[in-house]
Amino acid sequence: MAANETTAAAMTSPRDSEAIAARDRAAEYLVSRHRYRWAEALPWLACIAVFFLFPDRLTFGSQVLVMVLFALSLDLILGYAGIVTLGHAAFFGIGAYTVGLGAAKFGWTEPVSGLFAAFVVASIAGFITGWFLLRYRGLTLLMLTLATAIMMQEAGNLRSDLSGGYDGLPGLVFDPLLGRFDYDLYGHTNYVYALVVLAVVFYFVRRIVYSPFGQALTGIRENVRRMHAIGSPVHWRLVTVYTIAAGIAGIAGALFTQTNAYVTLTVFDFENSAKVMVMLILGGTGRLYGAFLGAAVYMVLEDYFSKLSPTFWQFGIGLLLVLAVLFARRGVLGLFEQAGAYFGKDKNLDKNLDKNKGTKP
Amino acid sequence: MPQFAIIAVSILFDGLAYAMFLFITSVGLSVTMGLMGFVNLAHGAFAMAGGYIVVSLTRNLGIGFAPSLAIAAVVVGAVSVIFERGLYRRLYKATDLEQVLLTIGLAFMAIATATYLYGPIPKSVPLPTWLQGDISLGFRAFPTYRAFLIVLGIVLISVLWYAFEKTNIGAKIRAAVDNRRMAESVGINVDLLFTLTFALGSGLAALGGGLAIQLFGLSPSFAVLYLVLFLIVVAVGGLGSLKGTLLAALVIGVIDTGGKYLYAEAGGFFIYAITVIVLLIKPAGFYGRE
Amino acid sequence: MTAALQVQNLNRSFGALNVTRDVTMSLERGARCALIGPNGAGKTTLVNLITGVLKPSSGTVLLNGVDITTSSQATRARGGLARTFQINQLFRGLSVLENICMAIGERDGENSNMWRSAGAKRSVIDEALDHLDSLRLVDDALRLVRELPYGRQRLVEIAIALAQKPRVLLLDEPAAGVPSSESHLILDVVANLDPDIAVLIIEHDMDVVFRFAREIIVLVQGAVFTQGTPKEIMSNEDVRAVYLGQEGHDAVQRGGGHV
Ligand SMILES: Nc1ncnc2c1ncn2[C@@H]1O[C@H](COP(=O)(O)OP(=O)(O)OP(=O)(O)O)[C@@H](O)[C@H]1O
Ligand SMILES: [Mg+2]
Repeated sequence: MAANETTAAAMTSPRDSEAIAARDRAAEYLVSRHRYRWAEALPWLACIAVFFLFPDRLTFGSQVLVMVLFALSLDLILGYAGIVTLGHAAFFGIGAYTVGLGAAKFGWTEPVSGLFAAFVVASIAGFITGWFLLRYRGLTLLMLTLATAIMMQEAGNLRSDLSGGYDGLPGLVFDPLLGRFDYDLYGHTNYVYALVVLAVVFYFVRRIVYSPFGQALTGIRENVRRMHAIGSPVHWRLVTVYTIAAGIAGIAGALFTQTNAYVTLTVFDFENSAKVMVMLILGGTGRLYGAFLGAAVYMVLEDYFSKLSPTFWQFGIGLLLVLAVLFARRGVLGLFEQAGAYFGKDKNLDKNLDKNKGTKP
Repeated sequence: MPQFAIIAVSILFDGLAYAMFLFITSVGLSVTMGLMGFVNLAHGAFAMAGGYIVVSLTRNLGIGFAPSLAIAAVVVGAVSVIFERGLYRRLYKATDLEQVLLTIGLAFMAIATATYLYGPIPKSVPLPTWLQGDISLGFRAFPTYRAFLIVLGIVLISVLWYAFEKTNIGAKIRAAVDNRRMAESVGINVDLLFTLTFALGSGLAALGGGLAIQLFGLSPSFAVLYLVLFLIVVAVGGLGSLKGTLLAALVIGVIDTGGKYLYAEAGGFFIYAITVIVLLIKPAGFYGRE
Repeated sequence: MTAALQVQNLNRSFGALNVTRDVTMSLERGARCALIGPNGAGKTTLVNLITGVLKPSSGTVLLNGVDITTSSQATRARGGLARTFQINQLFRGLSVLENICMAIGERDGENSNMWRSAGAKRSVIDEALDHLDSLRLVDDALRLVRELPYGRQRLVEIAIALAQKPRVLLLDEPAAGVPSSESHLILDVVANLDPDIAVLIIEHDMDVVFRFAREIIVLVQGAVFTQGTPKEIMSNEDVRAVYLGQEGHDAVQRGGGHV
């Protein structure tokens, strides 16, 4: 009975209070999904906890943070815009070599400005290659991205007088951070440095993916034909996000060089492109924290198992990929979410729906 | 004979042998990708498996090189059907990304298995006497093995060309590559056709893997290292096109060989540059459907 | 006055198949035009040529007098051209509301904003809900599109196009695939469209066509076979022969899983 009355009310005058309340709910629903949640503090708290709990493992910790940043940049283009690339290591490598060459050949040893330089150079590379490559899809795009990365590697090898070839540029020296904090044996400074950079970049990435622009990227991933039809400048949007992601991968590469104090041409390896993709997939694409979880889990497992047996580790990661594709297409985070929904934690949306069902004509 | 001519002939000869290897190994990948649009990054693993079977048969069981090649092709072709039916089939409608991930996963598993069974050190294979040594053409001696590779390649190309262009099954495959829906609507069983070509393509890859041992040595990383080349040949040639695959194999084979003769420091730079240029101009490759 | 949409001598072929042959037509402001023709006549292809999904091999397309033949799809959409697809093209993983907001955001350029939170602009949401309201879709606003029954999805398809505030609207079989018990909902919407919008509708149901259209174009094998008022078309013997006579046949085909 009550349901019928609300129905009649909603239909006779759509502007009445019930309808306005429904509108508020809808608006609230859209905005609420972008608010910070308490659970989002967890990965950051974990990063801080690691600093105090494993003070002698922080060099490894910095490596993990670098890979999280790298995976985050891939998430922007793969997870949100749906661009499948096999050459993302190209931008990581460009960033790595920007600060590497800067320090080795030009005496540019100030670290923070080095990161900016890496961001700019990698972004430019991303813009130029993206402009040409992002017109294509499928196998063509896969091959073009793959070939671009390998070409950069080969070009670096050609000029091994500059790049140091596969022996690399060892023993790079960078200034103390902010002119004050020197690099210590255990990598304490490096860890905090990497964590702060990650947090800053993460903030920007989070804003982007939850912005209307980020929503448009999701639209391109979900249905590019419709995006064209509603007048979206699809190519431009893709080039924009590709440029940003390239820049962030460049920052990750620069951090890699700075925290390791060396860089070799292997940063351009296909394995590097594949590895970051595997991390992201295992964590879960298109959900920001998938990059955290995926990179952390992958690196820790790799560290542990590859000491036991690299062969076993490789087999395991292959098996994980196969299983992920067959049974957990949304990664580990996706599994968590499913479990959460199963145990009834995520019923907010459903509640909204139930209310609406009551007023359905 | 002037020096440059000798070099040119050497490049052509070695490049041709290399191109035959590329063609034999890639052609199956091209046709299956053309038929189903399935991105199969495990193709290199099938080739590697073929190579290791040849190593085992010749070294451990003392079977001759040529029969070993045939056995490897048949075994891998048959086993690939299990993968196709059991795994690949579930992902025909999935995204590129999922196909890439599944098949990279399989490739990793294959590499790990090969490392476990055969170790990371490159293997070689004992050749029968008739494939050893050189054939002298006066101005230069050519390795018999490469000459054999070229002849075998030409024979296989002729057979495949005949099967593709002149037989009933070949016509069906071409129709299905051209327009799958249309082919299905006139009653062609594309699923079955695909399984057949998949098995044939994997078998040929295994043959290519066996043939490659003498050229490059065989180590587990073969599955990924050469995969990139196979993919390039397929993409540059155009999916599902025999002619395109052959042309791409020749171009890539000769240019890569030439680059290594004349400007070794550049490594693979030239083939990647060529790949990018061709694909930017013709995104679907030489003979692909736009 | 310039026509809202003008198509002149448009041609297109796929390989040896001439799918569009020398098509010339125009829609005045507020036009109600039906495009009919047997399956495979090239109706969808014509829409794809007009909207820029496909490039014509020759001919011109004018939107409000402006030559858009070589323009991108985005330029055309911004010029006031909207379409629906014969097969749903929706953001299936997003809510209905977000589907509509996407169209509004692209129309207003809001989707270039990287800093504001999506959904923070209340005016966009209100407008989207107004559109949904007018199509009786408000109750489904927060449901994911893929969870809706097909008939409702067809309505979302139209809602997105309307959210673009088009001057010219091309509807490709809007009720296709919807059981006839529900199709009247969609056809009501079509019948009540803003009289200023020029509408071209592709439709197989001749009752609908005759009720809705003030003008009918018959397309056969890619070429305009004839055009005229419903009365003229109804009494045209040739049309009966090529098309109306086939209606039963087509209906059977469509029932048999035609997409
Ligand atoms: N991309 C394409 N490549 C090749 N042929 C195509 C393509 N698109 C359409 N065709 C062919 O063009 C012809 C016209 O197709 P179109 O979809 O325009 O017909 P239609 O009039 O919309 O038919 P229907 O009533 O079935 O929707 C058909 O024969 C179709 O097979
Ligand atoms: Mg149609």
